Order: sequence, then structure tokens, then C-alpha cells
Amino acid sequence: MDGPTTRNAACHRPGLGTRCALLLCIGVLSWCWSTAHAIDIVDDRGMRVTIAQPPARIVSILPSLTEMVCQLGRCARLVGVDRYSNFPESVRGLPRVGGGLDPSVESIVALRPDIVLLATSSPAAARLEALGLVVLAFEPKRYADVHRVLEQLARLLDVPGAQQLWRDIEAGVDAAARSLPASVRGKRVYFEVNGAPYAAGTTSFIGETLQRLGMRNIVPAELGPFPKLNPEFVVRADPDLIMVGDASFAGMAQRPGWSTLRAIATHRVCVFDPAQSDLMVRAGPRIAEAARAMSQCLLRHLP
Amino acid sequence: MTAPLDAALHRQARLSVSVALALLVGSGLLLLLGLGIGSTGVESLIAMRDDPVALQIVRDIRAPRAVGAWLAGALLGLAGAIAQGLFRNPLADPYLLGSASGASLGVAVALVALGATPHADAWLPRFGLTGAAFVGATAAVFLTLALARGVQQTMRLLLAGVVVGVVLGALGSMLLMLQPAVMLSMQAFMLGSTGFIGWSGCAVMALVWLACTPLAASLSRVLDALSLGEATATSLGLPLPRLRGILVATLALATGAAVAQTGLIAFVGLAAPHLVRSMLRTTHRRFLWLSSLMGGVLLLAADTLARWLIAPQELPVGVLTAVLGGGYLLWLMQRRVAPGVS
Repeated sequence: MDGPTTRNAACHRPGLGTRCALLLCIGVLSWCWSTAHAIDIVDDRGMRVTIAQPPARIVSILPSLTEMVCQLGRCARLVGVDRYSNFPESVRGLPRVGGGLDPSVESIVALRPDIVLLATSSPAAARLEALGLVVLAFEPKRYADVHRVLEQLARLLDVPGAQQLWRDIEAGVDAAARSLPASVRGKRVYFEVNGAPYAAGTTSFIGETLQRLGMRNIVPAELGPFPKLNPEFVVRADPDLIMVGDASFAGMAQRPGWSTLRAIATHRVCVFDPAQSDLMVRAGPRIAEAARAMSQCLLRHLP
Repeated sequence: MTAPLDAALHRQARLSVSVALALLVGSGLLLLLGLGIGSTGVESLIAMRDDPVALQIVRDIRAPRAVGAWLAGALLGLAGAIAQGLFRNPLADPYLLGSASGASLGVAVALVALGATPHADAWLPRFGLTGAAFVGATAAVFLTLALARGVQQTMRLLLAGVVVGVVLGALGSMLLMLQPAVMLSMQAFMLGSTGFIGWSGCAVMALVWLACTPLAASLSRVLDALSLGEATATSLGLPLPRLRGILVATLALATGAAVAQTGLIAFVGLAAPHLVRSMLRTTHRRFLWLSSLMGGVLLLAADTLARWLIAPQELPVGVLTAVLGGGYLLWLMQRRVAPGVS
């Protein structure tokens, strides 16, 4: 008497078996479907974030991340940015939620974001997470970081083409490099980040751009990405060309001994206006544009 | 001959009770005001019943922030009153024994350590910058104590505090030089902010405040005696070194707890005791409580204004503590100097 009573009741009856199999299949498929669409991302703090679908409301409080989101074609999903995010033009009309270091937690929460993008140096991450928001912290510092974060954000936003975008950026930098004649190659450049003076070292993304343009950085790699220099070091190195923001350039020639620098005496100084300075110091999707601005200046100033 | 003295004491007691009541009522009003003020305005308070986000804003952001600002101010006010009594110096403030630079160094070290191991899921991120700041602030005070070989000599202690402050500050700067990557985070800490206080931070500060204020008040006889000079204090038969040691520890604990939650907020600790002193003269037992309440009111008022003045943006709260406290103090001084008064 090994009848249906000893087996699993419903499925064993003829006719119902196929229906059960079908149901099972649908179940498995829908499970596969949902997991395939759950987005799983590990940010620069090592925090793992899993969300069911791409975020529809994004707050970004780091300018380079704002630019990346827009470059990936999801500018319309930004609902708030920090006070320094000023590119592209369309983000200027968005609500401002303070700076990256002093964001207003209340403003961010009030915007009901699905995700908050911020720098790892921002003190707000823990507080926002405690309030139940999903936070991703990225801090792109070098080319490889920009590439990686672009891909992460593309996965987050479920947009294809991050690879192509990155290839375009690389191609843009290469094109800028090719636009320079051989006579400009190998010139020694000093890039001043601010008047302390802090320089852009070889291992910073600015240094990487200079290197790709075929320039030599007067700051050796072992000094790190943004070393504070002794002004004497620059005088001694006597660069062929100086790149600097206009705020920092103002008193440059008056620094002791600097007026005799060849670059200053012969006016081989690339002075960037504030918009260009923003472009130069952001490790974002516009590094090719920054490289182009640098190469144009090099062409103007170097024979 | 005790009748006039009794009357004076009675009057003083009544005055301090009324000042305390005024400060408490002020705190209450400011707390209520704080619930209605912020970047989203008073609408959040009105919409609170039906809108979960508005409720969250009021309950989990504005409320802990206002309470936390009050508590941090109260801790700093208490620490300032202890410091000024202990050193018999009206310029003494909670950071006198090296707390501020100790906390900064602690945060810098933690940031560098965190930066070096970004994927660490170990104790450090959980312990976090709050713990590092607290440990740094208190350790700096105990280093000062060790260098001064105890608390007996005020001058030694003061000088050791200055030395520790400068040296730890320099070490912190050097660390930043070597690791410029952490500079931004460091700047955020130095600015000081009440914007990131949650309920857990409030709980820690409340516990410390409830422990420190009664403890310090119970030792206030030492401060009263010290105000007559060290020799007199010793001649009164008080176990001076031990009690002073406990007071310094209280000072370190209160300062450390406040600094850990809010970063370096200037001037509250210096101004609060002076504001109380300009209103009334009383024994240290009442003075400590009043200074603490005053500190709470001062920082909470500054925090509320910081949120309100240029809403939806915010001002740095440290700027406002200086303007508010300093302005009010100056006004009181002017009034006191004016002829016919006093």
C-alpha cells in the first residue's frame, strides 16, 4: 500500500506534476531574475551595499561624483548636490545641502534620496547611515580610481557604456598628448596646487596627466601625491613652465628668489581661472578636458 | 553680627536659584525652538503626524542635535568653571591642559590608521574617530599631569599644559604633512560641528554630565578654598593634592566627552563662567552648576541661530559661539563700567 498518502500529497497526482514543475520553474526563474537585478557594490570604505533597483533619487556631495553621474547620463536623477558641485550647468539649479565636510544632514534626509554619494573623508557617512539612508563613499584620486568609480557608478545606475566612456577619456588624453610637438616633450613642469606651496606630485592624477602629456614633473615620485614643498626647492629646480591657479599666482613673483625663475622671467606660466582650476583639480570624467587645456597652454607658452 | 551676613547669603541663594530657573526655562524654550528650526523650516514640525520623513527629521535629527548641543555646551561650561577655579585664572578654559591638541592628534592618528587599512572591518572603524578624540583629549591631560609631577604646583601644571598642547599640536600637524590625504577629514573635526550628533552621542554626554557635575560640585570646597590662595587652602586642612587630582580628571572627562562628539568648539568654556560671574557672585557649588547650565544655553542658542540665520544653509556654530558669548560679555562689561551702576 505505497499509495499517495505516503508521498508528497499534491504533486504526485498525474496531471498535477507538470503544473508543479512549471510553478517551480517560474519560482526559480523569478528568483534568478530578482537576484540578477539586485545591485551589489562595495565602496571605498569597504562597505557592501545591496539595493534592489537603480536609485531614482541621488544626492551627491562630491563634485567629481556629481560629474560622473551626469556623464553617465543620469543627471536628471540628482535631487541635491553640495555647494561646490558646479558642473554641468544643469546641477546649478539643484538644492544645495552644504559642503562635503559640513553637509546639512537634515537637508539631505528631507530630499528622500535612495542613495547618497560622498567622499570617504566626509564626516557625515555614519550619521546618514544611522538615519537609515544608503550611503556610498568614493574618493577618486588617480586615473585608475576614476576608471573604477565610473564602472561602479555605471553598475549602480544600471547604465551600459562605462568601458566606452573610459576609453573615450583615455583617447582624449592621448589626443592631447599627440597635439604637442616633440620640442615640448620632456620639459620640466611645476604644478602648484596652492600657495603654501603644495605641488601636484608625480603620483597624483594631475601628475599622471602631465606624464601622459610627455612632461617631466620637478617633484620626484617619492614625495607623494601632494607634497608641501620648500619654496627653495622650486627655485633650485628652476622649471621650464609653471602651472598655477590665478589666486595662487598673484604673489608668486614676489616670493623671495622666485622673480629670477626662468619660467616667471619669461612669462611661461599657465594661469588657470577658477573654472579651469576646478577642472584641473577634480579627479572626475573631465580629465581629458583638463589634459586638453594643459596641452593648449603648453603650445602657447613653449616654442 | 551674623544677621546681615545671613541676609546676604539668603539673597545670594535666592538670586542663584532664580538664575538657575531662568537658565532652565531658557534651555527648555530653546529646545522647543530647536525642534522647529532647520533647513526644511517649521513645516517639518507641522507635517510630522502624517509624513514619516518629517517625523524622522524632527525626532532623529533636530531633537538629538538640540539636546546634544546643550549637553556639549554644559560639559564645556562645567569644564571651564573647574579650570578657572582650579588655576585661579580668568583666562583658563577647558583646553588649557592640552585636551584640544590631544584630541586633534588622536583623530589624526585614527584617520591615518583608517586610511592605511581602508578595508579593515576590525575594531578601529567601530571605535571610530569619536573614541580616538576622547582618548586623545584625556590622555593629553594625564600626560600634562605626569610632566608636572602631580597637581601640587599650579604654575608647573599650567606650563606643562601649554607645552603638551604645543607639542601634541605640532605632532598632529606633522602627521598631516606626511599624510595630506587625511587633511580634509581633519579640517572637518577642527571646525567643530553640532550637526552630526545622534541619540547615542547624547546618551554618552548625558551620562558624563550627570557623573561629572555632581562630583565636581561635591568637591567645590576645594575651589572655594583655593580662591583664597593655595597657602590658605592648605591651612584649612583639605587633602589638596588628591581632591585637585579628582577635579582635573573631571575636567578631562567632561572636555573629552564634549570634544569627541562635536569637535573643537571654541569659547563656550571660557565665556560661560564669566557670564555667570557677571550676574552674581556665589560659592563654587552653585557656580559650577550655573556655569554648566549657562554653557548649555550658550551653545544651544548658537546652534539654533546657526541653523536659522541663513536657512536652508548653516553657519559654522563656532563662529556664533564667539560672536554671541563675546558680544554679550562685552556688553555686560560695558554696563558694569558705566558710572552710577555697581
